[in-house]
Amino acid sequence: MNRQGTRLGMRILAPLVVGAAFLALWEAAARISGVPVYILPAPSAIAQSLWVDGPSLLGSLLVTLRITLAALAAAAIVGGLIALVFSLSRIVEISFFPYAVILQVTPIVAIAPLIIIWVHTPFLALLTCAWIVAFFPIVSNTTVGLNSADRNLLALFRLYGASPWQVLWFLRVPTALPYFLAGLRISGGLALIGAVVAEFVAGTGGAETGLAYRILEAGYRLAIPRLFAALFLLSLTGIAIYLVLDFISRRLLRHWHESASAEEED
Amino acid sequence: MSSSVLSDGPILELRGVVKRFGSGLEALAGIDLSVARGEFLSLLGPSGCGKSTLLRVIAGLTRPSAGSSRLAVDHAPGRIGFVFQDPTLMPWSTVTNNVLLPFRIARHSGAKARAKERDRALAAVRAIGLAGFEDAYPHQLSGGMRMRVSIARALVTDPDLLLLDEPFAALDEITRMALNDDLLRLWERHRPTILFVTHSVFESVYLSTRIAVMSARPGRVAADLKVELPQPRDRATRTSADYAAMCDAVSATLAQAMRA
Repeated sequence: MNRQGTRLGMRILAPLVVGAAFLALWEAAARISGVPVYILPAPSAIAQSLWVDGPSLLGSLLVTLRITLAALAAAAIVGGLIALVFSLSRIVEISFFPYAVILQVTPIVAIAPLIIIWVHTPFLALLTCAWIVAFFPIVSNTTVGLNSADRNLLALFRLYGASPWQVLWFLRVPTALPYFLAGLRISGGLALIGAVVAEFVAGTGGAETGLAYRILEAGYRLAIPRLFAALFLLSLTGIAIYLVLDFISRRLLRHWHESASAEEED
Repeated sequence: MSSSVLSDGPILELRGVVKRFGSGLEALAGIDLSVARGEFLSLLGPSGCGKSTLLRVIAGLTRPSAGSSRLAVDHAPGRIGFVFQDPTLMPWSTVTNNVLLPFRIARHSGAKARAKERDRALAAVRAIGLAGFEDAYPHQLSGGMRMRVSIARALVTDPDLLLLDEPFAALDEITRMALNDDLLRLWERHRPTILFVTHSVFESVYLSTRIAVMSARPGRVAADLKVELPQPRDRATRTSADYAAMCDAVSATLAQAMRA
């Protein structure tokens, strides 16, 4: 317990020390060198901007977050269903998988303008962009998971006369769960990136402006401390999404999967 | 008439069973074997002699390339139990739920039937010495305990035929001896027919009423030996002169089979 406590403490403390040292260096460098604030603001200036513009930035963050979470939910549901169809029919998988790959490797910045022209509701257009970026890891991971059921367990299910649905529900789906959750954690970050990229391309997109547009706007106006403040909030959001998904994953797998129990054991 | 055949005749009849794989590899080259009800038959042979393949043919998990395998048991699921070399448990299910699997697949309706099945599963778990671990998950158990769960699952439907594919090969000597004894006690109590694949001479002599010695690939039955040691077998058996003599004889037969 004691050693574990120390280790946990170190895991939190060590990165904090590095971060604090980095900020102190940055602050000192900005003050001593006299670089103008519109090129590189000191951390204190960014903190001040965060305090002043915080409420309005938080409002924008909420807009971006709504798109991100909606896209992630859609990616989880649609991605999971696509993987299910792929696992049920090899011919469907062979026929459609390359197109999922094409959608994945085509840069979203390049297709976002088209989507924004085609989809008239701004929210839906942004959602579509973020979804395209986020769904692939879930599809590819879950497909692998659904096809990795233990061979002997499959034989056992056959011996006991299980129907294909029973094999799917009692065996393939539980086997795929850790794979799906690993895909979901990757997709969480990608959904945020997708939402930000789409906002960059779409511009203001109606009455509500997301955080990405605030970054652009701050850049145009040379309000660089605000740009950094918005960037800081964006990173924080990405970390929060990852931590929440990681927590959910650990909760769901805590009884049986190595990925969730590795920390307890040593 | 057919029912009398079912109860009196051999439970398993193999005639000229040949198994060739797509790669051209011949695993089994004409197996003839007849197994009586209630026998404890060990299939003894070197690794790669097709023992596991034979077990899968008998279970109906693979078709023989030629010959026939006739089982005189109901075709209803659950009449055959299978224990693999690995425990083959579902890591996301508790011990009890793993043992309940055959019933879950059979999907008997009614709360009463389910409660009864649960009782049977719990009884099977306790009979194999896992009382207190009913709600544990496989990763919390040792290798030997996992294998016990696997055996409980195979026995929970009270099968007529139990197929075991080198179930104790990966266990340490002490655990293996304990499980040997537990398996014997279960066999004495319920008297299922057991086909036990092993590459251990000592294990096969200690457990079985009969040993089929198999030759190296492609597998054939090279010798068919009766084990006339007194029942029940226990620690005294392992140190008896008869046991040592029988082990010696079986070893010699096995060595001959491998040369042939």
